[in-house]
Amino acid sequence: MTIKLWKGNEAIAEAAVRAGADAYFGYPITPQTELLEYLSSRMPALGRVFLQAESEIGAIHMVYGAASAGKRAFTTSSSPGISLMQEGLSYIAASEVPCVLVDIMRGGPGLGNIQPSQADYFQMTRSAGHGDYHPLVLAPATVQEAVDLMSISFDLAFLYRHLVVLLADGILGQMMEPVEMPPLRTLEDQMPGWALTGAVGRPPRNITSLYLGAEQLEGLNLRLQAKLAQIAAYEQRWESYRTDDAEQLIVAFGTVGRIARSAVDQAREQGQRVGLFRPISLWPFPAQPLAQLSRHVDSILVVEMNAGQMREDVERIVGGPVHFLGRMGGMIPTPEEIVEALPMKPKAQVHRNGSNGAAPVKRIKERSYAPSA
Amino acid sequence: MQTSIVIAGFGGQGVLFAGQLLAHAALDARKHVTWIPSYGPEMRGGTAHCTVIISDRPVGSPLARHPEIVLAMNQPSAVKYAPLIGLGGLLVVNTSLAEIPATRPDVRLIPVAANEVAEAAGDLRLANVVLLGALLATRPILPAPVVEKALERYLPERHRHLLDANRAAFRAGYASQDEQTRLAA
Repeated sequence: MTIKLWKGNEAIAEAAVRAGADAYFGYPITPQTELLEYLSSRMPALGRVFLQAESEIGAIHMVYGAASAGKRAFTTSSSPGISLMQEGLSYIAASEVPCVLVDIMRGGPGLGNIQPSQADYFQMTRSAGHGDYHPLVLAPATVQEAVDLMSISFDLAFLYRHLVVLLADGILGQMMEPVEMPPLRTLEDQMPGWALTGAVGRPPRNITSLYLGAEQLEGLNLRLQAKLAQIAAYEQRWESYRTDDAEQLIVAFGTVGRIARSAVDQAREQGQRVGLFRPISLWPFPAQPLAQLSRHVDSILVVEMNAGQMREDVERIVGGPVHFLGRMGGMIPTPEEIVEALPMKPKAQVHRNGSNGAAPVKRIKERSYAPSA
Repeated sequence: MQTSIVIAGFGGQGVLFAGQLLAHAALDARKHVTWIPSYGPEMRGGTAHCTVIISDRPVGSPLARHPEIVLAMNQPSAVKYAPLIGLGGLLVVNTSLAEIPATRPDVRLIPVAANEVAEAAGDLRLANVVLLGALLATRPILPAPVVEKALERYLPERHRHLLDANRAAFRAGYASQDEQTRLAA
């Protein structure tokens, strides 16, 4: 195996190819356009399908069609494009066909900008469309992890016949990092038993999201909920970093997760006992391990590139308010900024007041400075 | 040990490639490394830049608010990035297209007439590689032969015919810094 420098978007595209993607449908939007560009030559060269749709709405419904035929189909976009896909995503979830979606998030709301953001946490973890469901949401922190997660996404999508979302941002899409690629998987021509392949010589099958009878639709919903419970039981992923003796815990995901890792190292060099909890699956959220960790620390700081969306999950899980640092609109927190936001200061500066730390401070920093991207 | 480098200039001056070359070489030297470009609208007709972080440990943020090293290939880049350089940092400035910015006592300044050096080496468009050579002569963040080897390995196919010129430009940039400068840095 060789390690090579890969740009995030291209690495995710290649990982999808190697995981056996049959068909890609998409529409260009910064900061994920390299995915399309890369696949436009790579997929046809392997005799697979690449199609630039007329819009994101077209693209997701093409995925719906190809997935209904039992194919490993996927699409990619960035925040505003994902909004356009909501209808198709909901139909896919209701129809229980496997689908992989990559969201390289950018600043919102609205057309926003093309800088990195994590502001689609709610959109993705809550439903990614109307109706009662959650997609399985995976959030990588490095290009290597994006590749590793992409490599298992189709398997997960087919295992659960469900929507799997790889949730990254402009930084991960645009940056280059060393990557070890998995080998190209050979496709087995094995059609799942539910796939629409033409009913000649067998009873017809039906894939639909329309259930006019209330009893039938409740039946579908109960089936979906049972499936989600199973996903919640088996698909929680997370990383703990230097948490063994931590007094303060940082919780961050994706790009901010890796920046927070540097913050942990910096704070440790100043003598602070700080650890990091980084959820990798955002839904299902690794609640149990976080709850357990939270009992052994004095304070929790959530850091996100949004106004505190994951914070709501963290507060629900740990059962109380936590400290928060958020940057928005494409602004990226620095490790120094995170260290500064830690509620407990290095030992020498702490004025003990009998309590186990300062009162919780929830703040959105409004200070601005020129980012280097 | 971690070093952050910002390379900035006009679109078309090869700032993104210079950064990628450094990143490839860093990987070849078994370092942890990240490269990230500016991908905003300023790329269309304005300045472009990229940030490279080379480290002995996994890289957290691929960006640096105060980079240790700045390679400024034109005037707007020198004006924008010189004040942001971290304490005790290094500014390599292309004096063919930029005035030397107001000095900061803590920042080491490496002026290089990169366009002229590149032209003498064979091609005006190789000023980016000249500056890399000058950088590595003054602050050996990576061994120069590893970077030269990376040129051979990673120069895009469409620029293959310029490999010898690239190598010459890199060496000329390296040689532009005399022994004295190298020792002082």
